[in-house]
Amino acid sequence: MEIVTGYVTGVNGNMLNVSFEGSVRKNEVGYIVTDGKRLKGEVIRINNGVASMQIYEMSEGIKVGDPVEFTGELMSVELGPGLLTQVFDGLQNPLPDLAEKCGFFLERGVYLDPIPDREWEFTPAVKAGDSVEAGSTVGTVPEGIFTHQIMVPFTLRGKDWKVKSVKKKGTYHVRSTVAVIENSKGDEKELSMVFAQPIKMPIKNYTERLRPDEPLVTKIRCIDAFLPVAKGGTFCVPGPFGAGKTVLQHLEAKNSEADIVIVAACGERAGEVVEILKEFPELEDPKTGRSLMERTIIICNTSSMPVAAREASCYTAVTLAEYYRQMGLDVLLLADSTSRWAQAMREMSGRLEEIPGEEAFPAYLESTIAAFYERAGKVRLKDGRIGSITIGGTVSPAGGNFEEPVTQATLKVVGAFHGLSRERSDARKYPAIHPMDSWSKYAGVVDMERVEQARAILIRSNEVNQMMKVVGEEGTSSEDYIVYQKGELLDAVYLQQNSFDPIDAVCVPERQRQEFDKLYDALMKTYDLTDKKEIRGFFNQLRQEFLDWHGTLFETPEFDAQGKKITDFYMAKAID
Amino acid sequence: MQKVYTKIDSIIGNVVTVRAKGVRNGDLALVGDSYATVIKLDQDIVSLQVFAGGQGVSTTDPVRFLGRPMMVSFSENLLGRVFDGAGVPRDNGPALTENMIPIGGPSVNPAKRIVPKKMIRTGIPMIDVFNTLVESQKLPIFSVSGEPYNALLSRIALQAEVDVIILGGMGLKYDDYLTFRDTLEKGGAMSHTVMFIHTAADPIVECTLVPDMSLAVAEQFALGGKRVLVLLTDMTNFADAQKEMAITMEKVPSNRGYPGDLYSCLAYRYEKAVDFEGAGSITILGVTTMPGDDVTHPVPDNTGYITEGQYYLKNGHIEPFGSLSRLKQNVNSLTRDDHRALMDGMIRIYASYKESLEKKSMGFMMTEWDNKLLRYGELFESKLMDLSVNIPLEEALDLGWEILAECFEPNETGLKTSLIKERWPKKDVFN
Repeated sequence: MEIVTGYVTGVNGNMLNVSFEGSVRKNEVGYIVTDGKRLKGEVIRINNGVASMQIYEMSEGIKVGDPVEFTGELMSVELGPGLLTQVFDGLQNPLPDLAEKCGFFLERGVYLDPIPDREWEFTPAVKAGDSVEAGSTVGTVPEGIFTHQIMVPFTLRGKDWKVKSVKKKGTYHVRSTVAVIENSKGDEKELSMVFAQPIKMPIKNYTERLRPDEPLVTKIRCIDAFLPVAKGGTFCVPGPFGAGKTVLQHLEAKNSEADIVIVAACGERAGEVVEILKEFPELEDPKTGRSLMERTIIICNTSSMPVAAREASCYTAVTLAEYYRQMGLDVLLLADSTSRWAQAMREMSGRLEEIPGEEAFPAYLESTIAAFYERAGKVRLKDGRIGSITIGGTVSPAGGNFEEPVTQATLKVVGAFHGLSRERSDARKYPAIHPMDSWSKYAGVVDMERVEQARAILIRSNEVNQMMKVVGEEGTSSEDYIVYQKGELLDAVYLQQNSFDPIDAVCVPERQRQEFDKLYDALMKTYDLTDKKEIRGFFNQLRQEFLDWHGTLFETPEFDAQGKKITDFYMAKAID
Repeated sequence: MQKVYTKIDSIIGNVVTVRAKGVRNGDLALVGDSYATVIKLDQDIVSLQVFAGGQGVSTTDPVRFLGRPMMVSFSENLLGRVFDGAGVPRDNGPALTENMIPIGGPSVNPAKRIVPKKMIRTGIPMIDVFNTLVESQKLPIFSVSGEPYNALLSRIALQAEVDVIILGGMGLKYDDYLTFRDTLEKGGAMSHTVMFIHTAADPIVECTLVPDMSLAVAEQFALGGKRVLVLLTDMTNFADAQKEMAITMEKVPSNRGYPGDLYSCLAYRYEKAVDFEGAGSITILGVTTMPGDDVTHPVPDNTGYITEGQYYLKNGHIEPFGSLSRLKQNVNSLTRDDHRALMDGMIRIYASYKESLEKKSMGFMMTEWDNKLLRYGELFESKLMDLSVNIPLEEALDLGWEILAECFEPNETGLKTSLIKERWPKKDVFN
């Protein structure tokens, strides 16, 4: 194939104009050669024979006339065994390897192989003569706790491919040929365990998309019961700074019942990624008993890394998620933060001198965000297995105001909204998800009808509280005051959860059901209390009992005893 | 051999264009006597940002490209010196040209970072006790204009336990600069301080260079094993300078006129805070003045998303609410066993005090408990919150217990009984 080349004619920030001869595709990758370094870039516009490229590196030192080599390939990631446990930047550069090679700083123009250079124990799943197509499994290798499927590249076209030969069970290098396929025209293709996949093209090798109807358990009470997330669903977490978005996402990454968790740290603090890096290998996955890192991939493009790579990082993450979904696994993708991703788009749009939309975001902001979240979903694969991707994105709205374009565009396309509030985080009520403003369209782990009734108490309680601020406690009736106290109780003992307490931090569904049942029962009772002081004392004590209950281990005699103690306590004052 | 170009095509704001070939993006040039950097290339049209501003530049002024990016000299000789935003001495000392290093280098590989866990002692109880400053942390001081933020910065500079202090001043009033210099000289801290000062009267482009200069130097010191504290005042001026330059270059503004890349611009600087494994560290303390005390203004807002907490300076002291050091939990458990509990407990009671104060101002009856709280609040504000208090952490913790004991019975504090038994100053209450 002829290599298309060109040269730089203009530099504006990280956008270059390149004059070229021959054929160039939109979104294809090219390398700018400057000072003996090859800097990666992507063609984002072609206008009057001049290609505009965004480069994924700092543009200092580039001069007019520097040569550019086009690859003819779209911006891609490499898929294969060994991706789990790794830490990549937005372009799938393995950061620890980079550190070994370049030291403390991220040197530009150094791109390393994302797939570890090693051998795997390969077991064939097809034999010569079998029909295959894009996405078919040709064999498996064991990757940690998973059976990693070696598949036919998703970009393969045509349905008339057959296996010509396949390697016997044995140990092979990741890049060696494990199978050869051919089609009716006699074209042959050698398959290794690794292939490339363009990041902006969704992988659609499944038979149908299913409705997300099964809850993804996060073990956070407030989410699982009141604002559930479904496997294959989407949710967003907007909140002002300091409200605990990242802490909440880390908890979800730690405790969610997904098979694989991909954390995309997109334009956020490097320190937070370091916390995951140092903490996760030490933690144990309760499901498998292995290190939590074995089910985790981290894509890390922190705020000080070049902005164009930030835009790519979210797509890199979702492509890896789609790859593992093709193996019938449940994948949770956590993106922190989609606002930084949107800002990266805004910066590029500005350099392209496009007509700006609201707050200078490009006009295609909404469709781009929608397309990203739509890559989530629960699907039935061609072999009948079910896989899912759940996407949770944080949003960092300017000034904490949810009316801004990114939050609004996100709210249109997600299935659950976990809005964090400054008031709640200031009052140290964690997780600071606002129980009344937030919503979810999915079904949770406890009976939804009773959850709605509990929520009604919360709303009523809040109304009483507002009223009390005007008329004072003395001007409030005992009935209203009890409703207010019930709402406060629900908030304190169910919605709030102490993530620093090893027992309370992780609340399994069965425990949630039992706790919710008891709390519901207590909330629905009428109490023989009239004096405000007495009411306050009663609910304070009840709250204390519930909090003590949170501190006991589930399925132990202590747990049952404390549960009984609570019932006895409130039944003593209840009127039936 | 340097080629000299003598035909400037356009002069718009601080940006001049000249036709030249073979020029690299980001390179330094001399336009007349002033330094300039290449900010844009289009065919043979080179756009240059002139540090000293466009004023008085003639179309026939000579333009010389130096073939290297903006650099700053780095050596021990920097200590005790004062420079402007372009690196030119401000203190009548000799210009430094040895060991030039580029500014605005690449960012640190996250895989090479370590979890910060060393406290920086400042002797200010509101910091040490309640919102501990941690090595490699980046923290802004959110402040309204007129608050003593520069005085606070110089006190931290004098008292903080660090090896090198780098002060980056942006848009400083000249007398503020003099105050800084005099305070540090008098306090004996000048010998381990480097200052990069841009005053309000200096050209705006130099303002945007100050953080890069300061941090490039800081990085070198840190790589050499030094614990460096970088003080930046005032980052709002830096953001405003970015805004001014973006608008003159006809960039599309996003929010209140600020450029769309304000977040990246700020993050790129703040993220230089780092603890190098096996070497030193950089801690950044910046001042962000909030126009109209509005924390949702784009500059404090974007800053808050970048930094690891903030100190909220209001009415002359660091507010216990709103102030937050996200990294404090990394170190609180290592200082003294009662630190965390006492810190939480005292803030909780202080919050109750605020409620009582509100009740009082609305004319409600004060109960006995309210009066206790009011007394506590008064003592807390005068003995701990006052910015002039300078005591080590341990003394501050003891003082905290004393204040509690003076106002309350042990069981009113909500602290764990075992802790109270150990620390309560009036032991006779247990008998």
